[in-house]
Amino acid sequence: MSEELFQKMSQSIVDGDADAAVALAKEAITTGVPPLDAITKGFVTGVNIVGDAFGRGEAYLPELVMAGEAMKAAVTTLDPELKKQGTERRTLGKVVIATVDGDIHEIGKSLVATMLGASGFEVYDLGVDVEIEKIIGTALNVNADIIAMSALLTTTMVKQKEVIEELDKEGLRGKFKVMVGGAPVTRDWVKTIGADGFSEDAIGAVNIAKQLIGAA
Amino acid sequence: MTKKIKSISNPKLKLEILTPAEVRKIHDATLWIIEKVGVKFPSQRALDIWATNGAEVDRDRKIVKVKGEIIEAALKKCPPIYPLAARDPNQDLSLDGNHVYVGTDGCGVEVIDIQTGERRTSKLQDVIDVARVADATEEVAFHWVPVSAQDMPVESRGLHEIKAIWENSTKHVQTESIYDAAEAKAAIEMAALITGGKEELRKRPVLSLMQCTASPLGHDGGSLDAALLAAEAGIPTGFMTMSACLTTGPATMAGTLAVGNAEVIAATALLQLAYPGAPVFYAAAQTASDPRNGAYTGGGPEDFLFGAATNVLSDFYNIPLSMGSFATGAKEPNWQAGIENSLSTFMASIVMSDMLLGVGFLHGSRIWSYAEMMMDCEIFSIIEKTMRGIVVDDETLALDTVAAVGSSSNYLTQKHSRKHMLEIFMPQFMDRRPYNEWESKKDDARDWALAKARKILAEHQPDPLDPKISAEMAKIIASVEKKRTAESISSR
Repeated sequence: MSEELFQKMSQSIVDGDADAAVALAKEAITTGVPPLDAITKGFVTGVNIVGDAFGRGEAYLPELVMAGEAMKAAVTTLDPELKKQGTERRTLGKVVIATVDGDIHEIGKSLVATMLGASGFEVYDLGVDVEIEKIIGTALNVNADIIAMSALLTTTMVKQKEVIEELDKEGLRGKFKVMVGGAPVTRDWVKTIGADGFSEDAIGAVNIAKQLIGAA
Repeated sequence: MTKKIKSISNPKLKLEILTPAEVRKIHDATLWIIEKVGVKFPSQRALDIWATNGAEVDRDRKIVKVKGEIIEAALKKCPPIYPLAARDPNQDLSLDGNHVYVGTDGCGVEVIDIQTGERRTSKLQDVIDVARVADATEEVAFHWVPVSAQDMPVESRGLHEIKAIWENSTKHVQTESIYDAAEAKAAIEMAALITGGKEELRKRPVLSLMQCTASPLGHDGGSLDAALLAAEAGIPTGFMTMSACLTTGPATMAGTLAVGNAEVIAATALLQLAYPGAPVFYAAAQTASDPRNGAYTGGGPEDFLFGAATNVLSDFYNIPLSMGSFATGAKEPNWQAGIENSLSTFMASIVMSDMLLGVGFLHGSRIWSYAEMMMDCEIFSIIEKTMRGIVVDDETLALDTVAAVGSSSNYLTQKHSRKHMLEIFMPQFMDRRPYNEWESKKDDARDWALAKARKILAEHQPDPLDPKISAEMAKIIASVEKKRTAESISSR
C-alpha cells in the first residue's frame, strides 16, 4: 500500500505539483505512514529523478524549481508530525541566505535558496535588503553552517565584505562558512574579502555549499 | 577640432515587426497590468506623487495601481524630440527619430588590460582610458560609464566616473551608474558647471540619466528619487527594463514585452506627473534566460526580436528609445560575439532605435575588451552602410559607362569608378588578404582591433576640460564624501 503512495509522492515532485504533494503528505499523516518514510522513500525520490534528468540536460530550470517548491510544501506539511513523533529529518546543513542591505535584487538569491532546499539543506531565506545584524543574528540563532549573500550592484557588493569583517570582529568567523554570489562578484572579489566560496549560478552554488560542509 | 560622429539616418531599409493592431494589444495588456496587478514604487516621494494624481496606493506593499487614462494622459506630455548636448556643441545629438547613435556599454566590473591582456577588476583609470578611446572614434556618439571605478568610495563612485569621462571626452555622457538622490543632485550640479548654469543645462543637457527597473514590475527606491531629481532639472531620464523570458518575465516574448513595458511606462508617467514635459526616454534590454541554467544570454533570437519590437513601442508613445544591443554573452571576441552583436544591432537599427548600448563588452556586459570595442564599432559601420540601401537613379545605373565598357574591357578604367569607388565599404578588421599572406602571419581581426585601440590610447589627446571646472567638480565630490562620512559617524 505504502509503495503506491510513495510512488505517487515521487510523481507529484516530478510533476512540480505542490498541491498534490501537500495532499499526499496529509494522506500519509492520516493513514499513519511515518513522515520520515514519506520524505525519504517518497518525495526525495522525485527530487532525485528531476535532479538527475536536469544533470543529463533532459529537464529544464522551471521543472527543477517547481520540483523544489513542491518538495518544500510537502516537508512543511510533514514537519509538525515529524516533531510530534520526535523524529528529525536529516539535512545536509543549515543555510542563512539573503540579498544584502541596500540591494533589492531577488531572483538569483531565491533560485539559489530553492536549489539548496531541494538538495537537502535547511534554508532560512531572509529576503532582500537585509541588514548585517539580521544576517549574523539569524545565523547565530539557528546555528547555521553557511551564510550565503547575494548582491547585484558594485556599490552594495561591499556589504558582503562588511558582513565578513563583522564576523571577524565578533570572533565568529570560524563558526560559519560564507558564500557569495551576484553578477558583479568575481573570483578576485571573493579572494579580496576572504569568502569561502562563490558560484556564478544556482546549480554551482549547491555544489559549493556541499563542498563547504564536506558533503560533496 | 570637432570630430565627426557617425549615425544612421534616412535609411532605405525597413521592417514591420509588429502590426498596429499587435502594438495596440500589447499597450492594452500593459495598461491592464498597471491597473490590476500594479507596479512597485518603493520611494516615499514617488508614492506621494501617485497618491496626489489619483492612483490607488498601497503604502505597506509600496504597490501602485493606476487607471489607464491617467497613464495615457501623462505620457502625452512627453516631448517627442530633444537634444542630448555635448561638451563640444558640434557633437550634440538629436533624438528626432531619424538618427541611430551608438554609445559605449556599461557598467562592467572587469577589464581585459589593454597592455598585458590580463583580466582584472575595473578602476577609475579604466573609465578614463575608455573615454579617451571612445572620444577618438567616430562610431561612438556618446558615453555610458563603461566600467565601475571600484577603487573609488561607494557613495561618490558615480561622480568620479562622470567627471573622468567629461575630462577625457567632449561627447555626451549618459550615466547608468548613479542611483541615489545625493549623487544625482551632485551630478546635476557638476553638469551645470559645464553649461554655465542650471537654466543653460536645461537647454543643453550634457548629462542624461538611465535607471534600471527591478523586474518583474518593480523599481528601486534610490533610482526613482534620482530620476525625479533629474527630471526636475530637465536632464533627460529613462528607465530600462531588462525583463527576461522565463525568470523576470513570462516565458513568452509578448508577455515579457508587456511586463517590461508596464515597468517603463509607469515610471515614465510618474516623471510626467511630477514634471510635465520633462525630457524622457524609453530604455530596454529584454532577453531570455537559458532554460538549461537560467543564464543571462547576452544574445540570441529573442534579443534580436526584442531589439526591433521595442522601438515600435517607444514610437507608439512618441518618445526616444535607448536600446540594448551588442553586449554578447561570448567570453572572448569570437564567432558568437560576431553573430550576436551584428544581429542585435542590425535589428535594433533597422527600426531606428535612437540610442544603442553599446560597444565594448564580453560575457554579458561584465568584461570590458578594447578589441571587442573596436570590432563593435566596425559592426556599426557595416550596418550603417547596409541601412543606406541601394540608390537607384541614372547616376547609379551608369548606362553611359556600361556602354563605354561593353563586353570588351573592364570598369577599372572608368571615371565613374573613380568617382564612386569610395562608396564601397572597406572594412578595417575583415581579412581579405591572399591566403599565403595570412598563412605567414596567422593574425586576425582581434590583433588589428587591439593594435588600433592601443594606438589611439597612446596618441589621442582629447580637448581638455577647463581645469577650473574640474576643480569645482572635485569640490562637489568632496562635499558628498564628507557628508556621507559625517552621517555614518553620527549614526554610530
